[in-house]
Amino acid sequence: MINYLFDPAHWTGADGIPNLIGEHLVYSLIALAIAAVIAVPLGIYIGVTGKGVFLIAGLANALRALPSVGLLILLVLLISPAFPSKMGYVLPSLIVLVLLAVPPILTNTYAGIRAVDAAAVDAAKGMGFRTMRILTDVQLPCSLPLVLSGVRSALLQIISTATIAAYISLGGLGRLLIDGKAQNDYSQMVAGAVLVALMALFFDQLLAFITRRIVSPGLTRRLVKTAAAVDTVKIPATV
Amino acid sequence: MNLEWLGRQFDNIVFLLGWHVLLAVTPLILGLLIALPLGWWAHRSRRIYPLLVGTAGLLYTVPSLALFVLLPLVLGTKILDPLNIVAALTIYTVALLVRVVADALDSVPEDTVQAAKAMGYRGYQSLLKVELPVGVPVISAGLRVAAVSNVSLVSVAALLGIPQLGSLFTQGFQLRFFTPIIAGIILCVVLAMILDGLIILLNRWLTPWTPKVVAS
Repeated sequence: MINYLFDPAHWTGADGIPNLIGEHLVYSLIALAIAAVIAVPLGIYIGVTGKGVFLIAGLANALRALPSVGLLILLVLLISPAFPSKMGYVLPSLIVLVLLAVPPILTNTYAGIRAVDAAAVDAAKGMGFRTMRILTDVQLPCSLPLVLSGVRSALLQIISTATIAAYISLGGLGRLLIDGKAQNDYSQMVAGAVLVALMALFFDQLLAFITRRIVSPGLTRRLVKTAAAVDTVKIPATV
Repeated sequence: MNLEWLGRQFDNIVFLLGWHVLLAVTPLILGLLIALPLGWWAHRSRRIYPLLVGTAGLLYTVPSLALFVLLPLVLGTKILDPLNIVAALTIYTVALLVRVVADALDSVPEDTVQAAKAMGYRGYQSLLKVELPVGVPVISAGLRVAAVSNVSLVSVAALLGIPQLGSLFTQGFQLRFFTPIIAGIILCVVLAMILDGLIILLNRWLTPWTPKVVAS
């Protein structure tokens, strides 16, 4: 079944595996970048000012119920007639990917800013920090672990959904799954599935590693002990 | 929206809806049944907790379409077998709920456990009659997330040709026809909301002692 992966013919050319991985990566990273540019500032704004909190709860719940396949196909039918080129398929896919990635980053950035110890903010104020400096030097570094965990779930969601977007003729690793299905070639599908799974696992672990490296040691000290970490991740019992 | 088409397709849509419910709800129940003992185990042992929760996290990382394709290799099923979908979503549900169950049991106040012990409840009795019921709100919060995401994930299986509401999306794409797509999206969202509401009701029924506040 795994023969497909080890056939050198599948490793070159426009439909070769490296090229598909590259495409998958490019779409994913562009979508993640757009989502971050939208969600992080908005999350900071809502977290600091407390305005628009209703947006957070509503968005997170509503979008989870929306089936991404249906949304993707709906947008293709709406948008592709206006763009005769390949853009007619790339654009709807990017919109769906961004739409799915915004809520986790937004809610986590908001929650991160809200969770910053009020005493730390007061201390910074007492030391004469201005609002902007409190944000960049205290609130943002303190909320970084939550922001990054939001980015992590967003990237997973994007990589997963970019696979589905191959159905509406987008490139990327999903091609192996969709084309394999069309050609009744199960080994090609398995190769695609393995590569997509590995890609998701790799980027998940990469972001976990980056999180460990760039989060201030002062914040992670208690997370080193797993027993203590358990206490910090509870879901509030009042939901 | 082409209502005439919807009328003609009514029987077919009900059939697809039935399969969708079956494919989304079965894994939810199976997943909960598997996650309860695993979560209890993680709650009891501080060494097992990171292992179980970590493995669950890794499983949750695998994209759904990839999992649907890989499971026939493991289970020996055909690619079009709905069993693959049930197995994949059960894995996701377990992955989500193991941590939730462990945290739910952790959230039971130590005083409550002590009081149960003092009243003569031991081991399993204390777990079944005191700790689990007190942890129900946390578990049902996790169950709501699993239920809603299951409904959405089932529709992905349409890309492999397994009939459920997602089939309306692929059909609409092939025909360049909006009606089935919009009908499919609405039915998916409504189904997710109904399941969500049922879990909220179940939670209230199981925890009559909690103050009647409107759940968010």
